[in-house]
Amino acid sequence: MARYLIDRLWQSALTLVLASIVVFLGVRALPGDPALAMAGEEADPATLAAVRAQLGLDEPLPVQYLQFVGKALGGDLGRSTRTGTPVIDMIGATLPVTVQLAVYAMLIAVLAGMAGGVLAAVYRGRWPEWLANGFSLTALSVPTFWLGILAVVYLAVQLGWFPASGYVSPLENPLRAIYYLTLPAAILGLSHAAVVQRQTRSSMVGALTADYVRTARAKGLGRATVVFRYGLRNSLIVVTTVIGLQLGGLIAGAVVTERIFTLPGIGKLTLDSVFTRDYPVIQAVVLVITASYILINLLVDVLYTLVDPRIRVSGRAS
Amino acid sequence: MDTPLLEIVDLHVAFGGTEVVHGVSLQVQPGERVAVVGESGSGKSTTAHAIMGLLPGNGRVTSGRILLRGEDVTHADEARLLRLRGREVGLVPQDPMSNLNPVTRIGKQVAETLVVHGLAHRRDAAARAIEILAEAGLPEPARRARQYPHEFSGGMRQRALIAIALACRPQLLVADEPTSALDVTVQQQILDRLEALTHELGTALLLVTHDLGLAADRADRVVVMSEGRVVETGPTAEVLTKPQHEYTQRLVAAAPSLSAARAVAPAVATEPKPPVLALEGVSKDYRIRGRGGVLRAVDDVSFEVRRGRTTAIVGESGSGKTTVTRMVLGLVPVTGGTIRLDGDDIVGMRGARMRAARRAMQPVFQDPYGSLDPTFSVERLIGEPLRIFKVGDKAGRAGRVRELLDHVALPATVAQRYPNELSGGQRQRVAIARALALDPQLVVCDEAVSALDVIVQDQILRLLRTLQDDLGLSYLFVSHDLAVVREIAHDIVVMREGRAVEQGATEQVLDQPSAEYTRQLLDAVPGRAAAERPLFSGG
Amino acid sequence: MTTLAVPAPVRWRALQKLARNPMGLVGAILLLIVVVAGVFAPWLAPYPPAEVHFATPFQQPATVGFALGTDDLGRDVLSRVLHGTRASLQVGFLSVLLAVVVGVPLGLVAGYWHRLDAIVSRLTDLMLAFPFLVLAVGLAAINGGGIGNAAVALGIANIPTMIRIVRAETLRLKDTDFVLAATAMDAGPVRILGQHILPNAISAIIVQATVIMPAAVLGEAVLSFLGLGIQPPAPSLGIMLSDAQQFLFRTLWPGVFPGIAIAVICLGFNLFGDALRDALDPKTVSEGH
Repeated sequence: MARYLIDRLWQSALTLVLASIVVFLGVRALPGDPALAMAGEEADPATLAAVRAQLGLDEPLPVQYLQFVGKALGGDLGRSTRTGTPVIDMIGATLPVTVQLAVYAMLIAVLAGMAGGVLAAVYRGRWPEWLANGFSLTALSVPTFWLGILAVVYLAVQLGWFPASGYVSPLENPLRAIYYLTLPAAILGLSHAAVVQRQTRSSMVGALTADYVRTARAKGLGRATVVFRYGLRNSLIVVTTVIGLQLGGLIAGAVVTERIFTLPGIGKLTLDSVFTRDYPVIQAVVLVITASYILINLLVDVLYTLVDPRIRVSGRAS
Repeated sequence: MDTPLLEIVDLHVAFGGTEVVHGVSLQVQPGERVAVVGESGSGKSTTAHAIMGLLPGNGRVTSGRILLRGEDVTHADEARLLRLRGREVGLVPQDPMSNLNPVTRIGKQVAETLVVHGLAHRRDAAARAIEILAEAGLPEPARRARQYPHEFSGGMRQRALIAIALACRPQLLVADEPTSALDVTVQQQILDRLEALTHELGTALLLVTHDLGLAADRADRVVVMSEGRVVETGPTAEVLTKPQHEYTQRLVAAAPSLSAARAVAPAVATEPKPPVLALEGVSKDYRIRGRGGVLRAVDDVSFEVRRGRTTAIVGESGSGKTTVTRMVLGLVPVTGGTIRLDGDDIVGMRGARMRAARRAMQPVFQDPYGSLDPTFSVERLIGEPLRIFKVGDKAGRAGRVRELLDHVALPATVAQRYPNELSGGQRQRVAIARALALDPQLVVCDEAVSALDVIVQDQILRLLRTLQDDLGLSYLFVSHDLAVVREIAHDIVVMREGRAVEQGATEQVLDQPSAEYTRQLLDAVPGRAAAERPLFSGG
Repeated sequence: MTTLAVPAPVRWRALQKLARNPMGLVGAILLLIVVVAGVFAPWLAPYPPAEVHFATPFQQPATVGFALGTDDLGRDVLSRVLHGTRASLQVGFLSVLLAVVVGVPLGLVAGYWHRLDAIVSRLTDLMLAFPFLVLAVGLAAINGGGIGNAAVALGIANIPTMIRIVRAETLRLKDTDFVLAATAMDAGPVRILGQHILPNAISAIIVQATVIMPAAVLGEAVLSFLGLGIQPPAPSLGIMLSDAQQFLFRTLWPGVFPGIAIAVICLGFNLFGDALRDALDPKTVSEGH
């Protein structure tokens, strides 16, 4: 297992470095003067000169890159061209919101998805399966942001069950925080619940028809035992992988959800910065999201080793 | 007459709308050992699974009765079946790897059955499980009980499955091809242990197998099945020495046997011609990833294949016999030694010379379902070597394909078919036709008949012998089955753990083995004991 | 010699199985409708999609002249939906094309040559590190948005999975006996990859394509909803939804139809794709016994 983890660790590190290079070059790929872009169109010559020096544009490219990385690790990600605030502060204020939304959504997705998947697998051929399949197919085909808009109109505004927008920090008031975040998280998690459900169902069906289940039944184990101890446990491996793969879509979905429900998360920050051409913010956001993404994937791999003893014990995947 | 322990009366089983078992009847007395013998598709496995209500998918008992000690359990409810399974009837399934839960420790899997049947509580169950594993012959049972299936060898997994099946001391043990995936010597050890255990516990045994030799050694009575019906039944010795039914006669005649009178004629005394293939001091090392060090898969092996003759390499898994074929075919680099094809050393050959060498030797592999590309038609398959070597034009190649199909006794209409429409035997014929396309001097058969049913296996071996006589082919024939080898090989090389342990002319090696390992192998061949009896001539 | 029974190669059997699947047929019909709508949009649409009619905004569906009503600028909803469908299909198709043209060769190479596998895998990891939205944001920052950006962002986002799938298939097929036999016949890598491995991997590739399409269509809708994809006045289902959101309290209809259109496209691909996957499943289609 140690070998597997070490491999994954250095691979992630390498990917992180390569990604940061891509982001770094991306800014340099902007049409026109990068300094002008980073300083903003309205910057005066003095600021421009300062930014130019800061970016080290006269230095060779590799040196610029190292400066960029050095500063980033030290927390200096530049200043917004629109407001002048340090980008790191802006991210610090908005990232937690998005993280809460994403975690909540993933939780809903996993719980609802696995429950639905187990039901569909155990009651194969009967109405619960049809219902579950119908739900997942719908959730995968219908654009969830559309459902989000409708949800805001009906559930929030007309029926008043949920707040239509706004955010409360869990540090101030945990219960209200959850209340405000429930509808957005549910909408965000919907399509992912569908994917988790389908995967759970198919791997449970595979597990339930596997040879070792026959041996279990031949021992005299009852249906429920077999379903849970054998089917579910063995499906966890597949589901863990699926969760890892869903993360990319979750980020995109978070941006949209924040727009619909007006949540002050990193998604809103990103969109605003694109339309105002606030390049320091764009660069920092891309870097942060990518880095978090790589980190989360690594964590999923670690989780994987806990769930699959074949990796834990022999260090090699099945 | 006592009530039989198990009685199956006129059983019909169907999958969906198709009936696969048509009125099977058989009996097992307490403590008796009964073998159900048949080829694939005979319904023997289905019948065995029906006893415990474990028919897969949409299988259903459509009529007939299954009686356990006189009680009708054919359509028993779930509760009754749960009590029956494991406690009254145990199952040892076929494939050891896929039949054990990969994410649960072995000890726990044994303990589960004890707990479910109330024979032990959580805490004692673990200790009892270790005892039972020891009974089944698992070495270091306390340590092994904490391990996972993927850490066990095939033989150990099978012992674990036997332990699970016998844990609750059932009165009947159903064993479905329990050792077909194992080496011969391991098979012998496991079956000996199983025999001792069942004898000690008084358990009756219903052994499902395709191997007549196994049935001959291990069963008191035999039930012969074909295409869902019982064709013949009776005491083992009788049925196998004086088969009454035509199918049984064919089966017995086709079964490879060590005492068969069909052994190939001994080689002519004077052989001045140089051998087609000569290996000298050949070795193969593999580097072990991670930990470093070297695995010597083949160690200093030397032998010859004489022109127009067959040399067989015999060994169990890990013996290195497959690695030798890969080296001969140039598919794997050689670490040391020389391999001479018609006098030229092919080790390290590249480019045009390798190409020329490859033309002179072609393989026939084991798995008839894996060695033919499913997206190629038969014509395209057989013609591929001709296309690669640019032999003839389109019309010429088509003609050659027809000629080759004729050689392997397949009708010309087969050319337009695809592999998945053919049976195993037919596919293997196509593979042979493909191997012959370039008029090779040497055909390397790597377990070429091991995956085939007995009767088909016999047909293919006859075909190979005929082709050798007609076309003057030389064969390098690799197999784990000594009985099969006797029917086709002139010379034998016995390999074990990379080394050639013994070699020589077939009759000499098989009748007067000098190496201890060869003797062990011979001893472990199922049906050997029966073969010694003068009445069992095997046709 | 026994006579041969079923005279049908694998592809035929798969087709038969597909035809017998009711959900698959529904999906196929939906797809047919969608493709016809998209391909013939310029001829089927009663109005040019950007044409405004300030006199008649917010018309209800089934008004004379405007079958599905009009939006806030009086533009015909039906025409815009048809053209929007066309745009969605274009983006989807381009994404699949990019994924196949780049992903399949890389996957084959990575699976066949162990040394190149390391390089390709790192490349794949790098592509996977950028979620498609982040790519779109980056591209929009450089280029300013548009249909090309959307297609590239979505294409790149789907290349890694295609590489992984083709690589997995190549690794699996490389070890089969028929590839071994081909090597023994002195077949070179090109012949083996092109004639043996690729044809056997086609099913997996096709199935993946039916997964990429709905993902790309949804992705395009998200991007244009956010303003990062197709730019107005070019019609896009996502833009229609974004516009409709502002006027949701005046009338629901301009927001309903684009949503339905997206759902129908995705449903069609999902149903058909599922049925296709079942039909091509090797466990059900293969050997005689």
